[in-house]
Amino acid sequence: MPASLHQSQFRRFAENIGSRFAGGVEAFGYGSVLLVESVFWIFAGCWFQQCVRVRSVVEEMMNIGVRAVPVLAILALANGAMMAMQGIATLRDFGAESQVIAGIALSVTREFGVLITGIVVAGRSGSAIAARIGTMQMAQEIDALRVIGVAPVRYLVSPILIAMLVMMPLLTILANAMAIVGGGIFVIADLQVNFSVYLERVFAALTPGDLVQGLVKSLVFGVLITLVASSNGFSATGGAEGLGRATTRSVVLCIGAIVIADMIFTFFLSR
Amino acid sequence: MSALPKHINRSAVMEVENVSTSYGERRILEDVSLSVSEGEIMVIMGGSGSGKSTLLRCLLGLHHPDTGTIRLFGRDIAELSGREWHKLRTKIGVSFQGGALFNSMSVGDNVCMPLREHTRLDERTIRIISRMKLELVDMAAFAHLMPAQLSGGMTKRTALARAIVMDPNILFFDEPSAGLDPIVAADLDKLILQIRDAMGVTIVVVTHELQSAFAIADRITILDHGHILMTGTIDEVRSSDNQRIRNLLQRSSEQEVIDADEYLRRLTEGED
Repeated sequence: MPASLHQSQFRRFAENIGSRFAGGVEAFGYGSVLLVESVFWIFAGCWFQQCVRVRSVVEEMMNIGVRAVPVLAILALANGAMMAMQGIATLRDFGAESQVIAGIALSVTREFGVLITGIVVAGRSGSAIAARIGTMQMAQEIDALRVIGVAPVRYLVSPILIAMLVMMPLLTILANAMAIVGGGIFVIADLQVNFSVYLERVFAALTPGDLVQGLVKSLVFGVLITLVASSNGFSATGGAEGLGRATTRSVVLCIGAIVIADMIFTFFLSR
Repeated sequence: MSALPKHINRSAVMEVENVSTSYGERRILEDVSLSVSEGEIMVIMGGSGSGKSTLLRCLLGLHHPDTGTIRLFGRDIAELSGREWHKLRTKIGVSFQGGALFNSMSVGDNVCMPLREHTRLDERTIRIISRMKLELVDMAAFAHLMPAQLSGGMTKRTALARAIVMDPNILFFDEPSAGLDPIVAADLDKLILQIRDAMGVTIVVVTHELQSAFAIADRITILDHGHILMTGTIDEVRSSDNQRIRNLLQRSSEQEVIDADEYLRRLTEGED
């Protein structure tokens, strides 16, 4: 292969990495500005005669939270049952299957309850938010908001942020409860313990810190989903194909951001 | 300034001075200056890619020009604070090319929206005002419909009702006749004139439709490749001897004659 071809391929590779890195920095900066602006409108909106509407917040709570309950409950229940199955099968080799209850309680409240919630909300609302804002962007509705004198971030993003901060912890509590119940169903059947003993052992294994850990994570995940989905919506261009790309990117980045944030949390909190 | 019709006040509502702007390397507007007087209908006309939509975005504060000044009601819009912009927005109405109606709201709610955002009127009063504006554009019977259920003409009329709901001092139209059949387009032109006469509002229309421009304009500004070719009354534009203006008025093609060798070179250029 000629040396010049090698050089041009290497240059293209380096340019690609450089532009992706610059794009990442730009996206991070945009997300930070979006967060600051959303928080600004929540607290100072009324001073500028642009209060965040309670009605919009309630609508978002319904979309993000209440409508996610059935799918989240089923997934959490199934996940809890699977953890019980795997846990009992693994611990049986060491004659320690009774320890599975503490294992379920701790892993669900610290990790899996909030992670399932994050993934469900990212999948449902991350795509819906990006698609809605992206469609508005392409149909000049965002420009219309601006010329009417309505700050788009106040009107579109701040209600989502408030709804996320309220609903994510509530959904996490629901997911924790359903996963523990799901695990309980299998444990009761397999280890021949009754439900009250199961619950007693669950609560004995837990400390308030375990619950708080999951709830704090849920707030961070809520902020991440809001920012990633909204910024993908605002930057959507290129018609139907571009909108589809923005929606897909939104879900992938939301889930990616959640998993990475979770890993960082776990690293520091398990020390 | 060319002679203005008698019903127009000479005081300028909007002044554009030496505005230039680019998208990346591409120069879109070059040293554009114009002035719009109170009560006037100014039509900014030009072909595709002439920069008229970018000029409109600059006038609306949606795009910041690289250089130059835009003054609305005597205030330089680049120097306005957020609060001042917010206040000024209530004096401006905009009807976008595609209507830009909020798809999640009914026709009625679209028209009510600026009132809900900018005033503290009770809901009943807001409904009455929005109904008045919808009556004006003959859309009151369709207030319950969603934007997706409207025809092109109905969408434009609803957008117009939303634009005038705050009784603005200046109205901007982006391609009001685009995509409409000639009868609906003519009706819309009449409606624009009626609104100017009824409300005494200043109107700026961006369009490439000659018939529409000649039907409504007090003055016409012709934009070509980012430059203003001329600003004048309809008669002045019609009698212009500028070749590019004549081409625009007579819809003559300006396509360059392509040399066969040059065409082949263009096609193969850059191929390995």
